[in-house]
Amino acid sequence: MKPAEYYQRDRRLHPPALTPDYKTSVARSPRYSLISLQQSVSEVTGPVFGHNDIDPIDNDLIKNYATAGDPIGERIIVHGRVLDEDGRPVPGTLVEVWQANAGGRYRHKKDTYLAPIDPNFGGCGRTITDEHGYYYFRTVKPGAYPWRNWVNSWRPAHIHVSVFGRAFSQRLITQLYFEGDPLIPHCPIVQTIPDPAAIEQLIAKLDLNATVPLDSVAYRFDIVLRGRRSTLFENRLEGN
Amino acid sequence: MPQTLNYLRETASQTAGPYVHIGLAPGAAGFDIYRQELGHDIAGPNAKGERIRVEGLVIDGTGSPVKDVLLEVWQANAEGIYAHPEGGGDVEEGFRGWGRVITDFETGEWGFDTVKPGPVVPRAKMTSGVRQAVRESHPDWMGRADEAHAPMAPHLNFWIVARGINIGLNTRMYFEDEAEDNAKDPVINLIEWERRRATLIARRSLRDGIPVYRFDIRLQGEDETVFFDI
Ligand SMILES: [Fe+2]
Repeated sequence: MKPAEYYQRDRRLHPPALTPDYKTSVARSPRYSLISLQQSVSEVTGPVFGHNDIDPIDNDLIKNYATAGDPIGERIIVHGRVLDEDGRPVPGTLVEVWQANAGGRYRHKKDTYLAPIDPNFGGCGRTITDEHGYYYFRTVKPGAYPWRNWVNSWRPAHIHVSVFGRAFSQRLITQLYFEGDPLIPHCPIVQTIPDPAAIEQLIAKLDLNATVPLDSVAYRFDIVLRGRRSTLFENRLEGN
Repeated sequence: MPQTLNYLRETASQTAGPYVHIGLAPGAAGFDIYRQELGHDIAGPNAKGERIRVEGLVIDGTGSPVKDVLLEVWQANAEGIYAHPEGGGDVEEGFRGWGRVITDFETGEWGFDTVKPGPVVPRAKMTSGVRQAVRESHPDWMGRADEAHAPMAPHLNFWIVARGINIGLNTRMYFEDEAEDNAKDPVINLIEWERRRATLIARRSLRDGIPVYRFDIRLQGEDETVFFDI
């Protein structure tokens, strides 16, 4: 068996382009159907990153920007594995995260929310999965924040997550939410996802076994990228 | 009940949001945190081939430039080889073939410097030594020979995320001055509407002797760019 194409993406579990309750999508959503490509080498390859690209402290958001002590907020660990749809680990892949601080404020020149910037918190991190596809970050739990959609829209606490996998066709950006957050069902961005089980899969679970006693609680968040076919019979495709 | 297939389900996409820069381009968000930000140098110093610049806008359905987009590009080198174990061979030291740029907060313009890629065998699995011979019969990357797998014209693969974009958009940029290859390209020819094919062709001009390719991406409206499900 040789590796072949990545499995077709199940577009019915992903949000469609046009989701009017999330207003910004209306003018930014293509109206024509996507054209489905049989994957070529352009799609089954993708950038490769190594430990020279990043530094060990990059995955510690409590320390990677702090100058005068730790950031304010609930200390948490977010950890899990990057897997494919076959349940196989995806080792050596770059995972990048970004988030608001404990007050719900982003360190970004376009964020004008009245909650204060935390001088010791940058709000981004990155790491590379180990040989088992495992990754971890340490950070503070982000706060909920208001945003302009309806007059009174609030984002649940969330961490943005970017993953590469091995191929450009596995590239994914998503958001991690926290178990028990009552804002989740009210969020128009969460609700762009039509499939309730797919939403559940974005909610990180409290993982008491992974907490650091007297220090940090832990949340578990596994990320699943597209799986890959194997060639069983090397038939020539009809009509190709 | 029949047996169950224990596949996992892909994690659902969510928009990159307005503050994507913090995570993926923190310098643009207004702070310096990493020793090096990734994706600034696409080709590296040793890449062979023609040095080019690529620029454009991302335009929304109202005709306005989108000013908070992040674009990633993935490309082969001048020999049509990707920097990947299945990329078809070895690339020059320092050539990654991947870049990341953001649109300007004021103008919406984006741009990057790279080298022009070569034509790519669609499904090549070969080392550079045997590349030319194999190319004659166009085998796919599983080793299957198939004449219909004609080489793809030189192209850049794009992935576009932003606030309001719920799942990253994939498209390709082709080069105006490769008209002969473009006419035979299997992906361009997959687009049933000839008029829409033109949305993937970047216009060439010269600036200070450097070729500049203009590639405006239209998310919606007249001449909506062709996007692919890859
Ligand atoms: Fe956010």
